[in-house]
Amino acid sequence: MTVTTPNGFNLDSSGRRVVVDPVTRIEGHLRIEVNVDENNIIRNAVSTGTIWRGLELILKGRDPRDAWAFTQRICGVCTGTHALTSVRAVENALAIDIPDNANSIRNIMQLCLYVHDHIVHFYHLHALDWVDVVSALQADPKATSELAQSISPWPMSSPGYYRDLQTRLKKFVESGQLGPFKNGYWGHPAYKLPPEANLMAVAHYLEALDFQKDLVKIHAIYGGKNPHPNWLVGGVPCAINLDGTGAVGAVNMERLNMVSSIIDRAIAFTEQVYIPDLVAIASFYKGWLHGGGLSSKNLMSYGDIPDRANDYTESSLLLPRGAIINGKLSEIHPVDLEDPEQIQEFVSHSWYKYADEDKGLHPWDGVTDPNYVHGPNLVGTRTDIKAVDEGAKYSWLKAPRWRGHAMEVGPLARYVIGYMQGNAEFKEPVDKLLSALDVPIDALFSTLGRTAARGLECQWAAEKMRYFQDKLMANLKAGDLNTANVGKWEPGTWGKDVKGVGFTEAPRGALGHWVHIKDTKIANYQCVVPTTWNGSPRDKDGNIGAFEASLLDTPMHDPSQPLEILRTIHSFDPCLACSTHVMSPDGETTVVTVR
Amino acid sequence: MNTERQIDVAPEEDEDFDVLVLGIGNLLWADEGFGIRVVEEMHRRYRFPDRVRLMDGGTQGLYLVQYVRAAARMLVFDAIDYGDPAGTLKLVRDNEVPRFMGVKKMSLHQTGFQEVISAAELLGWEPAAMALVGVQAEELDDWGGPLRDGTRARIDPAIDMGLAVLAEWGIVPTPRTEPPAHGLLRHDLDMTAFDAGRPQPIGSI
Repeated sequence: MTVTTPNGFNLDSSGRRVVVDPVTRIEGHLRIEVNVDENNIIRNAVSTGTIWRGLELILKGRDPRDAWAFTQRICGVCTGTHALTSVRAVENALAIDIPDNANSIRNIMQLCLYVHDHIVHFYHLHALDWVDVVSALQADPKATSELAQSISPWPMSSPGYYRDLQTRLKKFVESGQLGPFKNGYWGHPAYKLPPEANLMAVAHYLEALDFQKDLVKIHAIYGGKNPHPNWLVGGVPCAINLDGTGAVGAVNMERLNMVSSIIDRAIAFTEQVYIPDLVAIASFYKGWLHGGGLSSKNLMSYGDIPDRANDYTESSLLLPRGAIINGKLSEIHPVDLEDPEQIQEFVSHSWYKYADEDKGLHPWDGVTDPNYVHGPNLVGTRTDIKAVDEGAKYSWLKAPRWRGHAMEVGPLARYVIGYMQGNAEFKEPVDKLLSALDVPIDALFSTLGRTAARGLECQWAAEKMRYFQDKLMANLKAGDLNTANVGKWEPGTWGKDVKGVGFTEAPRGALGHWVHIKDTKIANYQCVVPTTWNGSPRDKDGNIGAFEASLLDTPMHDPSQPLEILRTIHSFDPCLACSTHVMSPDGETTVVTVR
Repeated sequence: MNTERQIDVAPEEDEDFDVLVLGIGNLLWADEGFGIRVVEEMHRRYRFPDRVRLMDGGTQGLYLVQYVRAAARMLVFDAIDYGDPAGTLKLVRDNEVPRFMGVKKMSLHQTGFQEVISAAELLGWEPAAMALVGVQAEELDDWGGPLRDGTRARIDPAIDMGLAVLAEWGIVPTPRTEPPAHGLLRHDLDMTAFDAGRPQPIGSI
């Protein structure tokens, strides 16, 4: 029996149920259940976050100036983004302005995280959905070199380079220790690249792994340490002394130059390696345009990267802000995180309880009260689930909605909104990519579209790092060395009962922190994170979330090797550590244990 | 708390060491924080030579590759599920380390540290020595909770085990006569403040 959801998707749960748990190569724990028809096409999809959360359960009563350090620990990936969002929320609550230099440095750190995260995602988490590592062993090094040189001037491309690499890879694979490559369905017919393209991609996998160490130096320099850089309510925790020498104390000219040279290399790597690889890989998958889901209907971005310090309005934000609903792409709605009618979280299908579950709660009024119950159609038991009952509660993720709509967030949302606003920074690269691949604009609304938007955004972010580094240098040379406003550091200067909201665009989408500070301590703290938007369960009206929508109508070659599901879910760069404790650590209850 | 405490941080030379002492885990999940707490306490008690880096690796996964690669010798502290009685401490070495961290259910992290080690090896890393001191955790299912008493009581023996390994590697730290100006963890994430500031816990799920 087919049911049509209010947001326009047809669901049929009569076919065979396939369970993927856990979905691998993501941060956190996610379970996906689908029903496939007799042709193995996905007709129903259910996304279950298997971890619960609630930051207020840790932060209540603590010093708001330290909240960033705690939020940094909820996840191993977007540490910096949570910290930035947290300091913005507290500054908003306490009406603290930050100096221009602090704004430039924060932007550089956030953009650096984009470049880092997107590169790591593409090469180390997602590429293995498209690239068959074992096939690379069959490649001809000379032909690989010719391929590489035909698409990019990147110097590391000689036949000898690829031959050496292939020998190393062979040794590694023969040792039986596949390491990072062990989670692959090697030889699956959904892999379409010739061996040479596979070998080239593996080479760049290793180069990217090597290059990321340079990128994190930027965080070490401006954040004072790494891993877990420092942040500061009121600015940035690094003093600057242009004449200083040596390593101890302030950021000096030598270190500023180091940042500058790393930025140059980030630009070169994205232009000459990432983007050409993206185009080369995508050109073999033009016939696989599944996975669009909500992306052509409902999209949202909070915007980020303020050009002017303390100005978080649309005109200052270099990443676009707005919402698209019901497929009306040309109509961009304004988004207000403080309006109690706009962003609300629902729990009718989530393992939490509210006094009235027909209503959503704005994050300032958010409640995290666990309620682990299942519906009558549960297959299995509470601790050994064979199949969840999606008609009842089935996820540790709440269901966030914007004016009642399930939304997709992330690089593709940002790019579509920027494109529809006619912003050349987003429109031109998209048009160029589409024409290089000779595909229509509709091709954007797909798994591959998400992956492509992330690549374009990486290039954009690398170039914007240059812009803010230049801006910072000009300001420093003009004599402004201020990096922190400590005028309201002391709690005696704060209001007795204040609320604030901070937002960023995390690499994987819109992120908001809502804080309530009472008598100088945290009274409530709620995060609505990107993967809660994308991985959302159904709501009371039956609207499905972005992951669920994206899987529908996708044909699977072999449901026991769910490469197609992994591909599409990975294209969101999901990160569930913060969106959601291990309920059942390894999901041994599954039909499919993913490799 | 004062501002100085927050803004006086010196940029560190990021990879200027050849012995890495690494605590990994998530300190927000009770005994999952064991590895980090051991390294925090080692740092509080001892001053190490410059060639040794004590690091709170958190759950940083692949982002730790460059630090692993920079080390000729690496000592890791972690909470491990060996299926032993809670509080059991185990020392494993060299080739045994990845195996113990990678087998199903053995690593409690979401990003496998075994992958970090193999990624480093794929990039040419050939460590002279590796060791892992792991504790069998008692309680992980407590969001924002402290180390359990039994696990906390293993910090001292774990430090002793680690120091014995370091001594084999020629590293002998100097006991501090007074605590360091800055702890390894700050901003109320240090063990004392973290435990003292915990809000009233909610009931079990």
